[in-house]
Amino acid sequence: MSNTDFVLAVEDLTVSFDGFKAIDGVNLYIDRDELRVIIGPNGAGKTTLLDLICGKTRASGGSIKFRNEEIRALPEHARVRCGIGRKFQTPSIYENLTVFKNLEVSYPSGRSVLGALAFRCTEAVRTRVQAVADDIGLGDQLDTEAGLLSHGQKQWLEIGMLLMQEPELLLLDEPIAGMSVRERELTADLLQRICRQRAVIVIEHDMDFVKRIAHKVTVMHQGKILAEGPMERVQADPRVIDVYLGH
Amino acid sequence: MPDPTSSALAPASAPRRAYAALQARGLIGVGVLALLILVALPLALDPFRLNLVGKYMTYGFVAIGLVVLWGWGGVLSLGQGVFFGLGGYAMAMFLKLEASDVASTRIQSTPGIPDFMDWNQLTGLPLWWKPFAHLPFALAAVVALPMLLAFVVSYAMFKRRVGGVYFAIITQAIALIVTVLIIGQQGYTGGVNGITDLKTMMGWDIRGNDARLVLYYVTAVLLLASILLCLWIQRSKLGTLLLAMRDKEDRVRFSGYDVSMFKVFAFCLAAGLAGIGGAMFTLQVGFMSPSFVGIVPSIEMVIFAAVGGRMSLVGAVYGALLVNAGKTYFSETFPELWLFLMAALFIGVTMAFPNGLAGLHASHVQPWLARRGRRASSAEVVAPAPIAAPAEVRSAAEPSAAKPVPAPLGAPLPPEASA
Repeated sequence: MSNTDFVLAVEDLTVSFDGFKAIDGVNLYIDRDELRVIIGPNGAGKTTLLDLICGKTRASGGSIKFRNEEIRALPEHARVRCGIGRKFQTPSIYENLTVFKNLEVSYPSGRSVLGALAFRCTEAVRTRVQAVADDIGLGDQLDTEAGLLSHGQKQWLEIGMLLMQEPELLLLDEPIAGMSVRERELTADLLQRICRQRAVIVIEHDMDFVKRIAHKVTVMHQGKILAEGPMERVQADPRVIDVYLGH
Repeated sequence: MPDPTSSALAPASAPRRAYAALQARGLIGVGVLALLILVALPLALDPFRLNLVGKYMTYGFVAIGLVVLWGWGGVLSLGQGVFFGLGGYAMAMFLKLEASDVASTRIQSTPGIPDFMDWNQLTGLPLWWKPFAHLPFALAAVVALPMLLAFVVSYAMFKRRVGGVYFAIITQAIALIVTVLIIGQQGYTGGVNGITDLKTMMGWDIRGNDARLVLYYVTAVLLLASILLCLWIQRSKLGTLLLAMRDKEDRVRFSGYDVSMFKVFAFCLAAGLAGIGGAMFTLQVGFMSPSFVGIVPSIEMVIFAAVGGRMSLVGAVYGALLVNAGKTYFSETFPELWLFLMAALFIGVTMAFPNGLAGLHASHVQPWLARRGRRASSAEVVAPAPIAAPAEVRSAAEPSAAKPVPAPLGAPLPPEASA
């Protein structure tokens, strides 16, 4: 039971922590060029689901297929090399390196020990860094130390670090948390731009933002999927209103 | 450190820019250290003291390994003595076999084997001792044995994500285990006395003053080469990744790097360097014993790096030299107080100067040098303008009058005249 067209096919995925099922029999199919938003109340298992897909947490059962290949047994770095990029909830960047260095370190070559020793910052790397930096609006801040960036810029920088790897699947955990209204708009544009060549899964709470970017919305509740579909249909679903949107 | 005045003075400051470039690569500090250990100390010290410095320098190898592993990589090892000892024992085994030829061990019940084996009723050389009769094997083992053990230990630990204080405790346990093993297997290792009475290396007597001078220089050159190797690693992407891992391990992992292998690399590198230090120690001191392997020496090695500055390669070498010099001085003068002093030093340094002597240098000495440099260079810019013209006139008239002009601008940095 698998469809080769999906970038990501999660089937019957389960994880339990000391008997508590944080994720309970979840099925999730993500298409190419799709931007999927996962919403749900706190503790619904949204972040855990992303952790399972990127390998930070090990699944207890079920399957995770990426481009029709089972990745459940792969360690994190191998999944990244397959093409899965993960952004964490709080911006996770190298604060005492410059923006340029942050992006350069994320360039997908020289990933082995010897490769890293032999790695040279070639013209190709520089061009790519500049292109990504322009994309995330930090094109003129390459020499700035990352710790000095604003909170929103740090979030963009981390997205940029993922883009350096040219992933086919991006997992973004609350990318606009703590951003100003203007920064949210820019981020929405950025997400719409970057999902053209890849699939993106976003966890988000801000409904206006979700409406603006989502192709499809998945609602999670107590480790299970409660509803799935276009935003309008999900919003009208009485069960969703009951557990999440109602209050 | 980029000098803000250098751009304003573009044509005149070529030497200063070269200086800044060297400084940025950390080579000025290496140059000063090279002058000290290759020129100044050999000129200033008598052979006995110089041999002591040579011994201290062997701990410098361990200290720079700890800079890479602990300072940059954030992995604290309390078991570096094991690798120092392995390197030292590998060297000592070769030297011991050479010292135990049949002619000089005639009186033993089994001639031709090391004396301690004979005392322990061994009647033949153990199989695993035999390869150590060959110098190339012994030299390779000096580096390879510590790295091999380091690889096995660190691969097993880091692949299971054992880190931080747990890893430190395990390395300390290994130091204890290896010490107990060496002491317990007296017939194979020389036990608590270690391997003593080392005399010659390929027929070359290592005990004389001339030999010790040669060994001192070999140690110094190897140490400088090791520093340059580590500087090169620091400037590569691997150096950046080590720092990145220390602060944001998950981010590095989710950028597609196998974090554990980078830690394994740093641990093996530190072990290999410690092994070289141990071998040079054996050569200069003339014996090797378990007292350089266990928990206390391993912790002392961490103190060398902490006092010198765990982020700075050159600083760590100074730390090793100074703490050992202090140890020699104080343990000669107040033997009972030395351990307390050492502990106080460690606590004081980590509380007051977490980056050690190198940190003090960076926060106090360098800004002071920069201020002096700036004052000199502003004098350079402002002063010549009004003075230069009359000076030219005067110098045309009476050449000797021109001399006072460059004099006050003076020594610290080459003025325009030299460009």
